[in-house]
Amino acid sequence: MHFEALNLHLPPGLIFVLGAFLIPALRGRVKSAFMLLLPVLALITLLYTPMGQHWTIGFLDYELVLGRLDRLSRVFAIIFILISFISVIFALRVKDDVQHTAAFAYAGGALGVTLAGDLFSLYVFWEIMAVASTFLILARRTRDSQAAAFRYIMVHIFGGLCLLAGIVLYVQQTGTASFELIKLSGPASILIFIGVAVNAAIPPLHPWLSDAYPEATITGAVFLSAFTTKSAVYVMARMFPGTELLIYLGALMTAIPIFYAVLENDIRRVLAYSLINQVGFMLCGVGIGTALAINGTVSHAFCHILYKALLFMSAGAVLHVTGKIRCTDLGGLYKTMPATALFCIVGAASISAFPLFSGFVSKSMIISAAAHHKLAIVWLVLQFASAGVFHHAGIKVPFFMFFGHDSGIRAKEPPFNMLVAMFLAAFLCIFLGIRFDLLYAILPYTVDYAPYTGAHVVGQLQLLMFGALAFCLLILSGKYPSELRAINLDTDWFYRKGAKTVASVADKGLNWLNAACEAVFARQLPAMIGFFFDRLPAAVLLFLRLVPPDGKEKESGASGDRLAEADTTVKAGLLPIGLSALAAVVLIVILFFKL
Amino acid sequence: MKKELKIFDNPRNVKILLLFFYFSLAVLLVIDFFIDKHAVFGWEGYPDFFAAYGFISCVLLIYIAKLLRRFVKRGEDYYKGRVGHD
Repeated sequence: MHFEALNLHLPPGLIFVLGAFLIPALRGRVKSAFMLLLPVLALITLLYTPMGQHWTIGFLDYELVLGRLDRLSRVFAIIFILISFISVIFALRVKDDVQHTAAFAYAGGALGVTLAGDLFSLYVFWEIMAVASTFLILARRTRDSQAAAFRYIMVHIFGGLCLLAGIVLYVQQTGTASFELIKLSGPASILIFIGVAVNAAIPPLHPWLSDAYPEATITGAVFLSAFTTKSAVYVMARMFPGTELLIYLGALMTAIPIFYAVLENDIRRVLAYSLINQVGFMLCGVGIGTALAINGTVSHAFCHILYKALLFMSAGAVLHVTGKIRCTDLGGLYKTMPATALFCIVGAASISAFPLFSGFVSKSMIISAAAHHKLAIVWLVLQFASAGVFHHAGIKVPFFMFFGHDSGIRAKEPPFNMLVAMFLAAFLCIFLGIRFDLLYAILPYTVDYAPYTGAHVVGQLQLLMFGALAFCLLILSGKYPSELRAINLDTDWFYRKGAKTVASVADKGLNWLNAACEAVFARQLPAMIGFFFDRLPAAVLLFLRLVPPDGKEKESGASGDRLAEADTTVKAGLLPIGLSALAAVVLIVILFFKL
Repeated sequence: MKKELKIFDNPRNVKILLLFFYFSLAVLLVIDFFIDKHAVFGWEGYPDFFAAYGFISCVLLIYIAKLLRRFVKRGEDYYKGRVGHD
């Protein structure tokens, strides 16, 4: 087969972005075929493009590089294209062109970020991602989703502006726009770091994710789960590897969200919190920065994208057929949806890093890297978080949807295309768990790591199974936190409730200032000035007349008359000023032209 | 109408599943003594360290989460208060 003929010689990100806008023009099977073809074309183009810099364009004094291919960017590009293909299958029956176009533009943005070789094109694709992904939330067309999308875009505009400001400062300081390793020092790098941290959902900048993803459309959430955070992980791995701060932020990030995930009632919100937790592992690996840690981060991103999409697909499938997504409304669905339940369990086993599933071969690299680095506390936190992941994403998600109390819902399996997409993702989750060597072969650094040692396997199994025992005993004894129809406050409170305070402070403070300024400068001051110029000349004149040239005080009593007289003189322009003014002007002209 | 799966409706099946689960736990506890370990940290070498750590982690997770719930739990329409002027 000569796939070379299908090499479009275009940046894969642009193939998606340009293709996205053709979708609304197509109908029926042609449209479906076209959407499935786009990832195939992008993948072939990517694989047939050699390592190095491609598609460079001159821009002012700089060079835009739309295709920088090396071992780090290629593996991210591959998984982004792969998950686009699977997600498109999942979304194939969606009739809403807005979603398809947004999804492809969004995926194209992520690919563009991954392959960008300079900071300007990085920024442009970054913003394409932000705008396109917002439509995946808006397209749900509920009041909650509109509000969530608004908050989502506001947060990303903030992050994007930080990134832009950082880039401008960086370019101005260094004179180069190349997208390379920079250290975290000085305002430029700090601003870039914050901009990327927003997309990576590093606490306390994380709540946009758990706020918005559960409000997205069923298929939109699958796309969202893949791109924004992982492209941010890529940028971190490119620009800030070995930044110690990231070790601690990452470790914190693995631990904090799991408490929320335990309490959360909305299944897709549980998954959103566990997504943040998983990205924490990746960022911790970036912070450690050794070859093993970076390999662990990249492979974990690869595996994570697949199983997280699988979990969002299974939750989406349940939402699609039942219209419900809260733990309190679901349960017992395995009876009529065994295939979906099985796929969900595969995703759950993978995210929990069970041996023979994908998460195991990637996460253990990061934890081993922490051990090699002698990071005892971090290691303990990561192991705690690993047990916790199994608890909420591994057990809670499948248990409350498909088992647990029987909700009485007898829903059918989702449409065939959704099952195919879930099957593909589930297959890859198990395949990567077994043939991990294929994944290890495309990682940035040469891999010298064996995941399946006796100590690893037994240690991990003990950690997970005894975590499960705790779940079992707590459920059976009724000590497990009950499923409640409630929400849990997170740091988004500060802008959701805080915004009202800010608005009222702005309203009371700034509007008061505005009103005061208007009163003083627009009304009182002109009146005073007007009055001043209206009355002053007469008053001055009167004052001068009151003191006659001969120095004698005139009789008082007639001053009112004189004031009126002076006033009339001034207003009628009868003051003998004109002659002296003319003389002055003539003098100035003479002086000026040296006549 | 398609046939429904009901295997977990039968308490006996649930019991078998749990027994199988407890049995595998016991196997894991025993097998740990025969494993060649290359512990980086001292505690990794303790027998059945991971079992204890996994169990304690999850119990702590639940109890801390329950504590957290006291502070962060709000009604489902907490944020909806004054939204929607129409």
